[in-house]
Amino acid sequence: MADIRSLHDAVRDLVHDGDTVALEGFTHLIPFAAAHEIIRQGVTGLTLARMTPDVVHDQLIGAGAARKLVFSWGGNPGVGSLHRFRDAVENGWPHPLELDEHSHAGMANRYVAGASKLPFAVLRGYRGSGIPGRTDTVATVTCPFTGEQLAAVAALNPDVTVVHAQQADRHGNVQFWGLTGVQKEAVLAAGRVLVTVEEIVEGALEPRPGSVVLPGWVIDAVALVPGGAHPSYAAGYSVRDNDFYQRWDAVSRDRDTFLRWLDENVWNVRNVREGS
Amino acid sequence: MSGTDGAARCGRDELMEVNAARALAGARNCFVGIGLPSTAANLARRTVNPDLVLVYESGTIGSRPTRLPLSIGDGELADTADAVVSVPEMFNYWLQGGRIDVGFLGAAQLDRFANINTTVVDRGPDRPEGRLPGAGGAPEIAANCGAVLIVLRHTRRNLVPALDFVTTVGHGAGPGDRAALGMRGAGPTAVITDLGVLRPDPDTAELVLSALHPGVTTEQAREATGWDLRVAPDLTVTQAPTDAELSALRALKAAGGRAS
Repeated sequence: MADIRSLHDAVRDLVHDGDTVALEGFTHLIPFAAAHEIIRQGVTGLTLARMTPDVVHDQLIGAGAARKLVFSWGGNPGVGSLHRFRDAVENGWPHPLELDEHSHAGMANRYVAGASKLPFAVLRGYRGSGIPGRTDTVATVTCPFTGEQLAAVAALNPDVTVVHAQQADRHGNVQFWGLTGVQKEAVLAAGRVLVTVEEIVEGALEPRPGSVVLPGWVIDAVALVPGGAHPSYAAGYSVRDNDFYQRWDAVSRDRDTFLRWLDENVWNVRNVREGS
Repeated sequence: MSGTDGAARCGRDELMEVNAARALAGARNCFVGIGLPSTAANLARRTVNPDLVLVYESGTIGSRPTRLPLSIGDGELADTADAVVSVPEMFNYWLQGGRIDVGFLGAAQLDRFANINTTVVDRGPDRPEGRLPGAGGAPEIAANCGAVLIVLRHTRRNLVPALDFVTTVGHGAGPGDRAALGMRGAGPTAVITDLGVLRPDPDTAELVLSALHPGVTTEQAREATGWDLRVAPDLTVTQAPTDAELSALRALKAAGGRAS
């Protein structure tokens, strides 16, 4: 059974320097508040895994938390480049950032293999692409039944996976719905799991169409963080703050402007709700 | 109304967007990239193909957004969909399963065989590689859809003699390469730009200029192409956008989350 904890305490106990940390959310339910807590606690040397690193990873990378990024598409969706990500990759600021780069199909299957506790997954992928030449986590296997050459991708098993969900109950069972992305696989692939939620309901979770329900016994900690996905959103609770994503372009373009933003919006913000 | 008059009433981007939408006539479903492909696919549903099933890699099948989404994760895509599936299911069962007719992609760099680079650009010997967003879904979209459409602005920076990196294979190095790689679909069948339409030569798979938008010259298209662009013997001029197409496009953009 998952413990209901403060975000501060959950991050302190579950996320350590040098960990591989998956903060997932395919354009929905992105765990921004948890990422900010990771920055505030000064965790460093992380290998960050995410199919679609976007603004939250720009913040983590710019803040110096990351050593490596495992990903398949890095950008500010519909807006443009991630300037902090590019500055780290191109100029090594604030630290050099090692990349392990995939396609979406490959990354999704790496989590599937991780959740299945298999060493790798197979797909028809990467054919003719230069990507396998830049990573040691793609290889070729021969189908034992047909002889077809297929791509193999190494399992991705994060030390910690962090996701945001709409609801939990008092036992730490979690439910999320809408675009559910790759979170189920990322959670079941991980050694430790932290879920931030919009709401903790009294009694049993009310089943929602198309929802994913994760039993509390696969989760280490649940933290109540209403609005914890902002500027991303939680369907049924909030809407995506598209203006923020558009404004981020100017904030992130310049190192000093970014650092001021980080001071005002992350470093100097105490987790008021939890009183930590 | 003559074609030139029609072109005068609209911008080059609108010519590109209207013709990209037209390329979806007759398709049952389309795997839609964000940006220009999404504009085209949503316009197609309002013009040439009202029943087109829009599939977004965020997991939505059959979305009917009332406005252009800013991202593939906008809530309206899920709220209006026939089905919402997980990302592994989308890529494994729907895309790899061969259930998608048309994949619609953008590109940062495109070569004469419609191969795509969205990973890194070479900025010269003394500078680090310029970083692009990466592959996303494109390598497997291009491999597994029945056909691929590509939309991008026609400049020498975009249409290059040699890619700095091959992210996604279109036709490889020529005819037969897709089959040799075990790629199932037909690959890129049209590249729609703001100057015209390029299509692969049936014999060589090399992209050739097959249509110009009204008011654009062959020399303009050749000048804006980084390789020696050949011209199809039966070069045509695209039909000028109709009032209905332009008003649908402008209404879509006015209600949309995107500036372009």
